[in-house]
Amino acid sequence: MTAQAPAKRVRTAVTAPRPVHKARRKVKPARVLLHVFLSVTALVWLIPLLWAVYTSLRPYEETASRGFLTFPKAITGENYVNAWQQAEFPHYFWNSILITVPAVLLTLFFAAGIAFFVTRFSFRFNLALLMLFTAGNLLPPQALITPLFQLYLKLPLPAWMSDSGLFYNSAWGVIAIHVAFQCGFCTFVLSNYMRTIPHEITEAALVDGAPVWRQFFQIILPLCRPAFAALATLESIWIYNDFFWALVLFQTGSKRPITSAIANLSGEFFTNPNLVAAGALMTAIPTLILYFLLQKQFVAGLTLGSSKG
Amino acid sequence: MTSTTKAAGRPVRRRKMRRLTGRDKLVLGLLVGIPLVIHLALVWFPALASVFLSFTNWDGIGLNTIHGAGLSQYEQAFTNDPSFWPAVTNNVLWLVFLLALPTPFGIFLAYQLDKNIRFSRFYQTAIFLPMVISLAVVGFIWQIFYQPDYGLLNSLLGTNNPNGTYLDWLGDPKLNLGAVLVAAGWRHTAYIMILYLAGLKSFDPSLREAAAIDGANERQTFFRITFPSLRPVNVIILVVTVLEGLRAFDLVYVMGGNTGSKQGLELLSILITNNIVGESGKVGYGSALAVILLIVSLVVIIPYLVQNFRKEQR
Repeated sequence: MTAQAPAKRVRTAVTAPRPVHKARRKVKPARVLLHVFLSVTALVWLIPLLWAVYTSLRPYEETASRGFLTFPKAITGENYVNAWQQAEFPHYFWNSILITVPAVLLTLFFAAGIAFFVTRFSFRFNLALLMLFTAGNLLPPQALITPLFQLYLKLPLPAWMSDSGLFYNSAWGVIAIHVAFQCGFCTFVLSNYMRTIPHEITEAALVDGAPVWRQFFQIILPLCRPAFAALATLESIWIYNDFFWALVLFQTGSKRPITSAIANLSGEFFTNPNLVAAGALMTAIPTLILYFLLQKQFVAGLTLGSSKG
Repeated sequence: MTSTTKAAGRPVRRRKMRRLTGRDKLVLGLLVGIPLVIHLALVWFPALASVFLSFTNWDGIGLNTIHGAGLSQYEQAFTNDPSFWPAVTNNVLWLVFLLALPTPFGIFLAYQLDKNIRFSRFYQTAIFLPMVISLAVVGFIWQIFYQPDYGLLNSLLGTNNPNGTYLDWLGDPKLNLGAVLVAAGWRHTAYIMILYLAGLKSFDPSLREAAAIDGANERQTFFRITFPSLRPVNVIILVVTVLEGLRAFDLVYVMGGNTGSKQGLELLSILITNNIVGESGKVGYGSALAVILLIVSLVVIIPYLVQNFRKEQR
């Protein structure tokens, strides 16, 4: 149990060759069949995506006159240029960054703090604390939204933080709900991870007279780097991908991050399917880049929390 | 191993507690206190407030206008609201569908991909892509796919003729739930596949080989050896699937045309959101719907966590 999290990570990350299977064998028909099945499945899974890409790359005039299921005469990026300019994409991307970056950093910091407390100091309530956070994370957002919406309409924020003077319609409010929600998952993962760090390490620091804050910042946090990398990747994608909170908790569309803004934009600016496709795909590009660059981290983060036990 | 270190470690930690200085206690208090306050105020307080407000008919304007209304909000939902029962039915259908098709298929794919085959990485990446993209974008992608006049599906089927067969996949109340479920299943399969794949990696392959030597065929090996021994992963998958079924919102919102409400696509989550975003200000009624959602979720979450953490304590 103790050394589980890192061990699992390694095994998930590396597709460990199993010596027994590795021995060269003759190509069996079953294997061929399996490859056919998997390629067909992979292709079927890609079709909706590829269709959107294909639609986005063709000029509207051509598809309007010749139909969509035709061989293209022209392939063009103009839909992307138009979507980028007409719908003010840079503005919405910036909104997304303003929400995602602070939310991820705060979530990881707070979650690390709770995990540190729960794993290093054996207080009576640590299990209850962990369960509270994890259970909160699993609740459907819609089960809280009615009172939360009222709360946001009544909770004041200083004017320099929010021009509405309220949590409602302010990036701070949306960051706060992300932090509150995502802390649960990250605490769960990080406490599993910190449990694998031997107590002797912090005890030695204690003997040297290091105060608690130094144990936390200089010993525990650096040791958790792999878990942070995985969680940061995963949480960035999740928070960037959030649709619901930003849709409900912002009144004005112009403050919304890109993921929830496209719902409005599709009616206002994207008057044809080619533009909708380009706009929607552009929204997905940051997450796709992050995923392809940090695929191992993403999958490790997703399975870290769940593959224990 | 854990129990021995714990037993030996307990007195040591007791001593350490006494050695904490006032400043140490302050640091720890802040490290836990700040997130705890945020979490309680923004997650559990609203959850409990939902329960309280569901017995009132508050309009949301002033706190002094909260008046008790007994069970009338629930009565309203059960007997008066024409979209309540369709929403419950659709939520149940959503759940049953996820459990019946995408979940087993995801497990099946994971099992095949775990066979140490070539190109496994490529297959995984392709199938997993829907999980990386936001549900809103998934909604748009499928909207383009289903678009009645020029979408791929109708173009291939030839069902885009306004004078002949014309299938409006997302508009027709008889078709739209099925169409959205396909999109939901597309994504859910990917999720289950990756979760199960991680579980399989921790599974001792020698067990499988032993079964093969004993003459068990693949099916027997899976159902009698692999599947039962992955019980923790199976439980997680079940919980994830149920919660996905209850949380479903984004896809329906986008594919239903960004209005949030379309005949045939009613869901509890959508009804709740309509109640707060609209000007009707029916806080009490929205809360009553939320409580129903909350109860069903907690019925799944609590046993799962209790079982999970009890194991941890040992």
